[in-house]
Amino acid sequence: MTTTEIPPDDSGVPPESPTPDTKNIGGAVAFAYVKPLAGLIVPLCAVAAALAVGAIMLLALGANPLRGYAALFDGAFGGRDALADTAIKAMPLLLVGVGICIAFRAGVINIGGEGQIIAGAIASTTLALLIPSTPRIILVPLVLMAGGLGGAVWGAIPGALKAYGGVSEILSTIMMNIVAAQFLSFLLQDLLIEEGAIKIQQTEKLDPNSHLPLLPGGTRLHLGVVIAILVAVLGYLLLFRSALGMRLRAVGHNPNASRYAGMEVKRSIVQALAFSGACAGVAGAILVFGSESHRLIGEGGASAFTQSAGFNGIVAALFGALHPISTIPASFFFGGLLTGGIQLQRELEVPAALIVALNGVVVIFVVSSLKLRGRINRWIERNDQARDHAAASISATTTPAADGDS
Amino acid sequence: MRNSTTSKVIAAAATLGLVAAACGSDAEDALDDATDAVEDAADDVGDAADDAVDDVGEAADEVTDDDGAVQIGIIAPSASNDLAFTQSIVDSVGRVGAERDIDVSVTDGTFVVEDAAAAMRGYAEDGVDLIIAHGSQYGGPLEEIAADFPDVTFAWGTAVDTFGLPNVFAYTTRADEGGYVNGVMAAQLSDAGNIGVVGPIEVGDAKLYVDGFTAGVAAADSSVEVNVNYIESFSDVALAAEAATAFVENGADVLTGTAQMVVGATGVAVDQSIPWFGTQSDQTPLGENIVVASQEYHWEVVLNDILDAMSSGSAGGEVYTLTFENGGLEMIFNDGFELPDDVKAAADEAIAGLTDGSITTGIE
Amino acid sequence: MWSEFFTVSVLVATLASGIRLATPFLFAALGEAIGQRSGVLNLGVEGVMLIGAFAAYFTKLKTDSSLLAVGVALGAGAIMGLIYAFMTVVMHAEQGISGIGVFLFGLGFTDLLFQKQVGTPQGVPKLGKVNIPLLSDIPWIGEIFFQHNLLVYLAFLLVPLAWFLINKTTFGLNIRAVGETPEAADTLGVSVNRIRLQTILIGNSMAGLAGASLALEVAIFQQNLTSGQGFIAIALVYFGAWRPGGVMAGALLFGVVSATVLRLKTLGIVEGASSSLLAMAPAILTIIVLVIVSRRIAAPAALSRHFDRAS
Repeated sequence: MTTTEIPPDDSGVPPESPTPDTKNIGGAVAFAYVKPLAGLIVPLCAVAAALAVGAIMLLALGANPLRGYAALFDGAFGGRDALADTAIKAMPLLLVGVGICIAFRAGVINIGGEGQIIAGAIASTTLALLIPSTPRIILVPLVLMAGGLGGAVWGAIPGALKAYGGVSEILSTIMMNIVAAQFLSFLLQDLLIEEGAIKIQQTEKLDPNSHLPLLPGGTRLHLGVVIAILVAVLGYLLLFRSALGMRLRAVGHNPNASRYAGMEVKRSIVQALAFSGACAGVAGAILVFGSESHRLIGEGGASAFTQSAGFNGIVAALFGALHPISTIPASFFFGGLLTGGIQLQRELEVPAALIVALNGVVVIFVVSSLKLRGRINRWIERNDQARDHAAASISATTTPAADGDS
Repeated sequence: MRNSTTSKVIAAAATLGLVAAACGSDAEDALDDATDAVEDAADDVGDAADDAVDDVGEAADEVTDDDGAVQIGIIAPSASNDLAFTQSIVDSVGRVGAERDIDVSVTDGTFVVEDAAAAMRGYAEDGVDLIIAHGSQYGGPLEEIAADFPDVTFAWGTAVDTFGLPNVFAYTTRADEGGYVNGVMAAQLSDAGNIGVVGPIEVGDAKLYVDGFTAGVAAADSSVEVNVNYIESFSDVALAAEAATAFVENGADVLTGTAQMVVGATGVAVDQSIPWFGTQSDQTPLGENIVVASQEYHWEVVLNDILDAMSSGSAGGEVYTLTFENGGLEMIFNDGFELPDDVKAAADEAIAGLTDGSITTGIE
Repeated sequence: MWSEFFTVSVLVATLASGIRLATPFLFAALGEAIGQRSGVLNLGVEGVMLIGAFAAYFTKLKTDSSLLAVGVALGAGAIMGLIYAFMTVVMHAEQGISGIGVFLFGLGFTDLLFQKQVGTPQGVPKLGKVNIPLLSDIPWIGEIFFQHNLLVYLAFLLVPLAWFLINKTTFGLNIRAVGETPEAADTLGVSVNRIRLQTILIGNSMAGLAGASLALEVAIFQQNLTSGQGFIAIALVYFGAWRPGGVMAGALLFGVVSATVLRLKTLGIVEGASSSLLAMAPAILTIIVLVIVSRRIAAPAALSRHFDRAS
């Protein structure tokens, strides 16, 4: 069975708690501050390095990098509207990311986010088209659940294929993406297409009862963002505070041992992919019912709708160390990159391709740096240990060593 | 592990902040404080750059205030030099700019609809005079955004719906007319009586072109077989190439097609020395020896009408169409291709007929 | 209607098309299989294919030499291999996500280069067909197998070569050892990291070659030319159970079914919206065939696990 390495156990060296010698203030400071800071500083340095590469690209295009990055930052975080846009952009990344956390921790690689988003979008849109006159307070939760159900089915199929058919989930999720995209294209030309003089691959405008309500504050921020955070919390509770989650993680960590312990490995695989797909499916529903257009628009291809959130969500999940809660700021950060990129493109009139390439560079640098944290921490620990042993042997021969705080 | 605890703490704090900010009207103050803090930080970081940008902006404003240049923002789904849909509008705006005082900003490659929505809002908030949403998929968000910005004029193409909004123009093209002319020629150039058409998806101006082409072939010679393959993608060049190859293997000796991915099909035409009929832009550069003629979109006809309407006080409600008659469509013949005189004559006849209305393509 | 399809000439042409379509998949999947046998998962194949495709196209455009174009594409792939090797072997980047970064980078960077360095699309001369003497004259068989361009022949020649490399050479033995039990291989003196570096270089070079074969076949470049073929190639590695022969079978299956779908649409047998449903066929059939055949061959045990010599 294909497994992935499960972070954050990235050192393999058992964590120790050396006692800092109070005579060694420097060591104590290093221990207390550098270790947690390394957790932040290393990825930040990676982002800076990536932005430096991006600056070179901008210069080669004849654009001013300073102005470009000012536009990037402004577009991402410069004001309430920008923050709202960033949050909206982050929302599908967060949802897909939480799903990826669940799947990865159960030992399955889910590359099917795109297809699961589409499945959720189709399911929720079909429901909304069928029962438009339902009161809003019922319809909105219903379409969200329909989205989750559609995505769950689309994830459960590769799960079942893996568990009972021995088919690699990498293969089946990639294939299911193709099937979903073609199915969407079919529906938007045939069953779901809006009647009109010039045919466009979109549905009719969906009933206002199904629109996600806007959050107060005067921005475009809508309920979807709250839903996404809710799902992240639920994902955390599922993974780390429930028996089911414990089983999933056990299966992911060591399927053979789990099997001997009597856990239903096959069922867990299906469940993991179903939950993963459900999260992506909810993202699909929110993408439709929180959109500006209040329609499902597939003109120009499936990724014109999904915004490649099925792939970018994987990035967000791993930036968040496969923990649902830390995926929240991770997806917010990545969403900022995407949102700011639009403004960068508009202000500097550089091709949109630059933003895609820049995001790729950021991912490359950050993901390369993630393990560096662990190595720095181990290096510090080893140095502290060496210092402590040296100090202890010295003080053992002179004065009794004072016990410092650990 | 300490790392995950730390990051969990930070993440929890961020989450609390975010959740607090996102929840309900009572927390609006929290949201304000949070955004103010972020804004301050952003200001501190971007001060120097902001100043530089402001200086440039002021200079530009002075220029435009003096000249009264019309600020135009264009949003398009593919690259500006794709020799197809997007290039046609960019070229046309360039032609308009040679005669009028306009200031153009292009956001191309925007195939994600929600990103286009953000770009539209961005332009509107920047205070441009005219936003050209060059893509059928942009209609959905445009309907909402145009309602929010009644002082900005929006132009949507290819479309015929203005949503009943007073600040929305729509523009489209009778691509079937040029398709018809191409079809008339193609039927006569095909010795084998077998023509292949490579299309993207059966929607929009692509459908109009293909339908017009088929009608033109039928009108010239009803015995000629026309096979149409909509490859279900606007961008899959390799698939378009394969489709063209399949047509050739099936016996086609004339090819045509539409949309951005058609460059794959033209490659096959060049390789097999098969005549090609183009649309949307002058596609002669794609095959100096084999491109017979192209239907070129002259969006500037529409744009000039829109700009005239704007300066005379009307901000929307009209639908403009490119036709042979108003000069919006032009057949560009490739001098590098030896076209028999009788075929050329038939084409000219068709153009004349479509222009004065004596011939119709029969397509709605 | 269907009778038009079931004629010899159409079937023969379809099969020949299928072999041609399978070629990029085959190059990329063989390379990825070698990498995965040594324990390295590379999800960025799509990005490397795009970089190789643009490199080949641009070189052909400027120098009109197909040989040079292929060479530059191989070199570009190798450079990406060095980068990926650094990320994976040295920095221990998580292999699931690092590939996505390579994918995004390749997608955006090639589009950017194309827009800035080439601009308006220009075709290049297609890679010419080379008919194998004598064999290409065999009725029907000749057209199916022996009337292709050189890169097609190369791809299929690489299948037995890859098999030989993996199963009959010391290098192949080391690859398999590193992929199954890197700790044991390490104690036996095999440099795990060096083997993985080498397989990553091979894999990425072949992905670059795959892109070149695609670009030189369609004779042009465009944004996202590969349109998902890199990911399909990765999937085919699993289909083929990491064996060169199996990978070839998968590439052929996908290629022939795609060619069939295309031919049905060309002949007008399937049209309209339902052709979208037909376009699902290659993906669905691949899954079905795999379920039916269902060889329970396990993945390399150390696949996507980092090797860290505990000090």
